[in-house]
Amino acid sequence: MILSQEEVNHIALLARLGLSNEEVERFREQLSNILENFAILQEVDTTDVPPTAQPIPLQNILRQDDVDSSLPCEEVMANAPRREGNYFRVKSVLGKS
Amino acid sequence: MELCQLTIHQAHELLKSREISSVELTKASLERISQVEEKVHAFVSISSPSISQAEASDEMIRKGEITLLTGIPVAIKDNMCTQGVRTTCSSRMLESFVPPYNATVVERLISAGMVMVGKTNMDEFAMGSSTENSAFSPTYNPWDVGRVPGGSSGGSASAVAVDEVIYALGSDTGGSIRQPAGFCSVVGLKPTYGRVSRYGLIAFASSLDQIGPLTKDVTDCAIVLNVIAGHDPRDATSVPYPVPDYTQSLLHNADTIPDLKGLRIGVPREYFVAGIQSGVDEVIRTAIGKLAELGAEVDWDVSLPHTSYALSVYYIIAPSEASANLARYDGVKYGFSYQEAGSMWDALEKTRQFGFGPEVKRRIMLGTYALSAGYYDAYYLKAQKVRTLIRREFDEAFSGSTTKKRFDALVTPTSPTVPFELGEKMDDPLQMYLSDVCTLPISIAGVPAISIPAGFVNGLPVGMQIIGKPFSEETLLRIAYAYEQATEWHKMRPLI
Repeated sequence: MILSQEEVNHIALLARLGLSNEEVERFREQLSNILENFAILQEVDTTDVPPTAQPIPLQNILRQDDVDSSLPCEEVMANAPRREGNYFRVKSVLGKS
Repeated sequence: MELCQLTIHQAHELLKSREISSVELTKASLERISQVEEKVHAFVSISSPSISQAEASDEMIRKGEITLLTGIPVAIKDNMCTQGVRTTCSSRMLESFVPPYNATVVERLISAGMVMVGKTNMDEFAMGSSTENSAFSPTYNPWDVGRVPGGSSGGSASAVAVDEVIYALGSDTGGSIRQPAGFCSVVGLKPTYGRVSRYGLIAFASSLDQIGPLTKDVTDCAIVLNVIAGHDPRDATSVPYPVPDYTQSLLHNADTIPDLKGLRIGVPREYFVAGIQSGVDEVIRTAIGKLAELGAEVDWDVSLPHTSYALSVYYIIAPSEASANLARYDGVKYGFSYQEAGSMWDALEKTRQFGFGPEVKRRIMLGTYALSAGYYDAYYLKAQKVRTLIRREFDEAFSGSTTKKRFDALVTPTSPTVPFELGEKMDDPLQMYLSDVCTLPISIAGVPAISIPAGFVNGLPVGMQIIGKPFSEETLLRIAYAYEQATEWHKMRPLI
């Protein structure tokens, strides 16, 4: 298999995705299988071929920095899992929560 | 004919002449939903204000303010933001999310006088090909409820096929409009990347996502595209090109059927090999024969040799972009939030662990790996380079600059198989990914394609995909319309 258990755990950490032990093992197998299939790309000669990031020839779309109305605060905050006044409440980032 | 069976253009004529009201039409739609929804489960939610929207439409019609979409019931895929109406992406993560604004396409339909009867089910975050990845329930194919409707816009396709609504909107990242349209025997268009604004479409893969219509016939497809296409200052990837009147490409003398004289159609052979069912192969070859009968010049000997790499390119690029787009789901500003955690990091990881389903996690993992240090060049950058080669092949087919073979359109099956059985591919992600093998290259190239009903194999629908050069939706609609007028497939309805 292409991926080790440590690598799966490392990727999950990068993605901040909690996984159960069972998920780690299942993804190790499934992702290894999928990645093995991607190996066929290595047979394509891409010397001097530029990458395509998106398919339309538009670049650097600029607009005037006009003052416009924003969404009503109450409607935006209505989806907040935890709030305090007009602030989103989060667990402490530094030190103990 | 029941009112809910009408097309947009048929319903419009009756509304305009005041033979029916929008309230009657909407009630017919809701009545149909109450009859069949238990069997197909096309919706995540049915919106309560639809009758008041219908009353407002009737008022507009009384005042003579009628557009082609005024008063017509529509369903919208649940990944497009609807102000004040829950928008879930069929995910636990957004189960209670109520958007404070409308997607641009929704705003445009509101201006045209739409009546929204509900939000349709989908694969979670549009990741899937069967609508089985919905966190709530699968959607079932009305032609055989033991089979999948395709995905990810399976709810929209199923709702239109079974006459719960007159039309629907879907989104297509690698085939998510076209494949379910093919599986449910309705018309589904993925417009050119940039043709329709994605503002308010919950992002999956930003270089691929595009919104488009699912309708009962080609005329309706043109009517809806007229309303949703066009530049939007809120989406920097929407192009500032003029929008033609797409219904003009369908005009013909009433006493003749439209023909395809002067059009050159290519059949790329790579779409007829590995894994295609013989019944599907036969149906599509017969359908292409019909295009030739209608006057198109058909070349059966076209090759797009990089087609077989599209699957790998797509399943590197789309998950990579998804892993970045879905990083926003942290349980802070909206959506599911795991509260019992000890630390901030623990809360973040558990929010994502319990908020996302298996396929979404799989793609976040795949994308994160492809973008991670040491693997970026081998996977993501390589895929972007092969993407260039795939795009160049389409450009060549539509320009003929080196081969001197220039085509107005390419025609393929929409999917290599008829709708598969529920659960058949759920344990094998790679097999599931392969069901999009005919639609992925088009998304990678950013060109437009339409799927139209082309026949049946043992009572199961087969879709034909017509592919064009960028911004050639008029040509695709013209070909699709000529075929539709010469056949009866679009008139067939599932017995349910």
